[in-house]
Amino acid sequence: MEKSLGKTTKNHPWFWRSAIASIALRLVLIIYFPNTLNLSSRPEVSTPITSLRRLAEGYWLKRSSMSPYAGLYLDVCLQTFVMCVLIYYVVFDLIAGSMYHGSPLLLSIFGPLTVDRGEGQSHLLCGLAFVVSDFITAILIRAIGQLLQVTDIQSLKSLGAGRLSKISENFQSGDIASLVYLWNPLTIITCLGYSTSPIENLMIVLSLYGACRRLVPLAAFGWVIASHLSLYPVILIIPLVLLIGSGLDTPPRKLFLQQTCGNDYKKATNGSLHPINFSWRQVVLFFLWASAWALYVLILCGISIKDNSGLGEMFKRTYGFILSVEDLSPNIGVLWYFFAEVFDFFRDFFLIVFHINILFMVLPLAIRLHHRPCFLAFVYIAISSILKSYPSVGDSALYLGLLGLFVNALADMQFSFFLFFGYLGTLLLSPVMHNLWIWRGTGNANFYFATAMAYACFQIVLVVETVSSMLNHDRALKQGATMVEKKLQ
Amino acid sequence: MEKSLRRNCCSGHFPIGKFFLIFTSRVKFRLQVLMAITTGFFRKPSISCFVPAYAWSNLGSGNQKVWYQVKFIDNAKIVEVASDILTLDMVHKYRIKEMELSFTQGRWSYDSWGGFDPIASSNAKPPGVELWAVFDVPPDQVDASWKNLTHTLSGLFCASINFLESSTTYSAPDWSFRSLSGNLRYGLLPREAVCTENLTPWLKLLPCRDKSGLSLLMNRPSIYNGFYHSQRLHLTSDEFDPVALHGIVLEQTLTIVLQPDALDTRASFSSSRKLQPSWSMSSLFGKTVDGKCALAKSSNVYVQLEGSLVYNMKDTWNNIEGYEGEIVQEVPYEGFGSNSNFGFSISPDRMMKEINSFHKESYSILYGFSINNYHSSKPFDLGFWWKLPVTWSCVKAPLRVSRFLMGSGNEKGAIALSLQSTEWSQSLLEADKNKEKCNLRVDVFQVVPWYIKVYYHTTKIFVDGMPQALGDIIEKMNVSPSEDKVSPGVMEMILRLPCDMKSASLTLEFDKGFLHIDEYPPDANQGFDIPSAIISYPDFQTSLQYKEDNTSIKTPMVSKMQDRRTILSYTEVLLVPLTTPDFSMPYNVITITCTVFALYFGSLLNALRRRVNEEERLLKSKDKRTSKLQLLLSKFLAKLRGKPWEPPSSTPPSSSSKFISSKVILRVLLIAAIAFGWQYYDK
Repeated sequence: MEKSLGKTTKNHPWFWRSAIASIALRLVLIIYFPNTLNLSSRPEVSTPITSLRRLAEGYWLKRSSMSPYAGLYLDVCLQTFVMCVLIYYVVFDLIAGSMYHGSPLLLSIFGPLTVDRGEGQSHLLCGLAFVVSDFITAILIRAIGQLLQVTDIQSLKSLGAGRLSKISENFQSGDIASLVYLWNPLTIITCLGYSTSPIENLMIVLSLYGACRRLVPLAAFGWVIASHLSLYPVILIIPLVLLIGSGLDTPPRKLFLQQTCGNDYKKATNGSLHPINFSWRQVVLFFLWASAWALYVLILCGISIKDNSGLGEMFKRTYGFILSVEDLSPNIGVLWYFFAEVFDFFRDFFLIVFHINILFMVLPLAIRLHHRPCFLAFVYIAISSILKSYPSVGDSALYLGLLGLFVNALADMQFSFFLFFGYLGTLLLSPVMHNLWIWRGTGNANFYFATAMAYACFQIVLVVETVSSMLNHDRALKQGATMVEKKLQ
Repeated sequence: MEKSLRRNCCSGHFPIGKFFLIFTSRVKFRLQVLMAITTGFFRKPSISCFVPAYAWSNLGSGNQKVWYQVKFIDNAKIVEVASDILTLDMVHKYRIKEMELSFTQGRWSYDSWGGFDPIASSNAKPPGVELWAVFDVPPDQVDASWKNLTHTLSGLFCASINFLESSTTYSAPDWSFRSLSGNLRYGLLPREAVCTENLTPWLKLLPCRDKSGLSLLMNRPSIYNGFYHSQRLHLTSDEFDPVALHGIVLEQTLTIVLQPDALDTRASFSSSRKLQPSWSMSSLFGKTVDGKCALAKSSNVYVQLEGSLVYNMKDTWNNIEGYEGEIVQEVPYEGFGSNSNFGFSISPDRMMKEINSFHKESYSILYGFSINNYHSSKPFDLGFWWKLPVTWSCVKAPLRVSRFLMGSGNEKGAIALSLQSTEWSQSLLEADKNKEKCNLRVDVFQVVPWYIKVYYHTTKIFVDGMPQALGDIIEKMNVSPSEDKVSPGVMEMILRLPCDMKSASLTLEFDKGFLHIDEYPPDANQGFDIPSAIISYPDFQTSLQYKEDNTSIKTPMVSKMQDRRTILSYTEVLLVPLTTPDFSMPYNVITITCTVFALYFGSLLNALRRRVNEEERLLKSKDKRTSKLQLLLSKFLAKLRGKPWEPPSSTPPSSSSKFISSKVILRVLLIAAIAFGWQYYDK
């Protein structure tokens, strides 16, 4: 799909035409088929965190001057520091809240849009908001792609003239990525399914874009909001810092050193294109901005739920709910069935193990791929969307879109055919199995869990393959560079 | 115990036992008898040392009702011993202000057994166990008291009331259940099976157990053969008030609906209308009463003729032609036992007429029978037969309420509450025609378990099929949403329905939850119960006030009926099937999921760890380091095979020799040593 699109999108008009066509498709589906698709109840699309229906319930409770997270007997532990809450909730058994588990800010923004004004048009405004956010995300991805390509060409140029011939054959990876994002059926389903994941995706891409352009406040804003909405983007701090500190993706730094050693030393002074120095000033600025935004968000949240409940309860109901996997309703992840079946006394242990699994790979990946922060961010997003507690296809849609950014580097990736049809197969089988189990009662939970398992496996294979082919790409670059070097000598 | 008794007696606290039966019947030709037996121990400062006990019965068929009431009066002391176990200990320990516990099997049919009389609104209970209690403790200790109380009652009544201990099963309604409910806790166990093991401890609280007096009638087969039975225990205490008036009052009620076998009727009719089945105590219960309980001061049986029955009997008289006999225009109570409509086998001792009844024309009549003078040689066996066919209908509740589920599949659904007007509300409309706008206030109280995740913002109200704005109908709404595994969802609502509506319905959508395998009951596929909702009509209060011929004897039973009660009715229990996981899968799921995680972790780490040209380097180094041990091994193997030994060539070493390398042996030894050490120290 990526390649076929890539060939057609060399020209810009083509890009705009197909982008607008995808937006038009969404609008048509939203306006003319608002209820026939009924995607909002699909477990693949809306999770307890992102469901707009739950948001509407939370907004209704808030309007009736009850806590949006209200339960009957609330013993609120007032731990306002995020880290404290994280540790607390990982270690101790948690109490999940009522229906709504999202951010109070989303509640304030989208709540009024969900109010039924009769005639069943209640979700139309929300749908339009999601279409807009999808479009902005796509544009931002395209901008990131263009920036990446420019850097790529520059670094390759500096590595050696011998590879220049290949550069001209490269695809416009930004156009491809944004079109993949826009035309991906998963993105369209998510947009129509009234789940808030388009907003989360937008925030993640916004922070990446800000970091690529070194717009520190923007990057910090995106990062803070994205982590506020779904917690997992917290780990994106490493790629963001790398992006801000040392710039966009480049081949391994050793190559440049070799290059400069092998050639005359004048070129070394020319190295402003590929900054070897890590700009600590920008990073400190990023942290300052991030803490300022975090404070701002906390204050806003505090104001919006001031009358009903405290910040402690908010953390408990959002992050606590995410970390403790209290809702065992089926989704495309693997944790729901695991925690529905696992013995109670192992529950805490496995909660810790599964969440630490995400954190375990953060450091090895950062060490190995520190020269490619954008790719690192992609890998982090993919990993967290595989292993998160309530995954949805919206998360997959984001990393599949970002995958398009690296279409040149990953050109010789293995198993792409197998993966494509694997994704297709599991995503088609998943509703069938769900229907057999829930609606017809002829199948059982294992059927649906099997598709979730298969989906997780395919995602894992995708991540492993992309990482190893990116490493291979770097190796090939190195070999090419040494060959160029030899030729020059 | 003796001391405490004496003290109580001296201080003027005397127990009073009360006993009371109701018989009702419904469908034509299928006479069903409803019987309620109430017992109470009143400990109040009074001069006389009475323990009156009553049986009140109400029986009818088709659309009739008759009531009985039986009274015991007795000596107080032993009664107090029995009540001490429960009341004193429990009330003092948990500081209970008021408590009610009921065990019910079957569902009260509000349409055919009445929905507007005091019996229906106080003795008709939801299926299973219902327990509510008001505590006189600080608000933070209420839950603890409740938990202790459930355990105590669970032990006392051999029932699983202790399941109400979990915070997911009980709730604290604000205002809809009782108007002044500060420290109230309310819990329902809809699936509790009620049987004799619950009745026996209940009977033990009676002064004479089931050994003598009216409680002799409580023959287990006849009780449990009935259509409905409900045993209720109500306890009020103002011990903790500085100005104590009544002390602790314990009231026990047993309500039964029975179907009488048709007795041979004295009068036969050629008319197409058939006579209602007649009954007697021996035919209903298979037992007779041989005198009052020795501990009771007096025992009485009351038979109530309902207002509409009395009204219809006059009509019947006028309509029937060809009946030979004098036509009685007046209500037939002039001659006590002998009447041209019906007859008693024993002539009543007293008769009372209802005053201030709701309908001016129809008033109910109460016949009283005292069984004080009966003994074992002359048992009390009250019989009743019809002489003329009469049909009537009981007074129904203002609205006919039913609750049902909508939707299919195990993912989501909706709860619908349907309210339909009855003849009663039609008459209300006629009565209030002059008023500008007539409203019917309906209070709804509904508790939903947490695994039914109700979306309260989807509340919709339809009046006569037309959707209405919520603000027009709902006057007040209080929702406390459920919290997973912590508390149930509670909805309290005040509706203002227009009087002229035919039907109204209220729908709420919900998602079905998914539980952990341990949370499913053994019969998981049967489904889960949503407890009954309570619909009450605070605008209407019911009471029966009788003008007694002999006003000097103000019997507690009759004065009890005079208490004004809010009319309420319980809806059906809903059965919700929930999706089940595969209960046999835990090990498989754990291993498979962990395998996937291992796949992720291992393969990703492997991809990261791999270096450029690593494999080639590894092979080269292996070629160089062909160890002496390997050489020796290969020689040894060659000799074993009987082949001449060839020195190892440059080709990579064969798999066998690779397998038995020194490193592998070392590793195996190390692991064995660790295992051995582990085993050794573990012992």
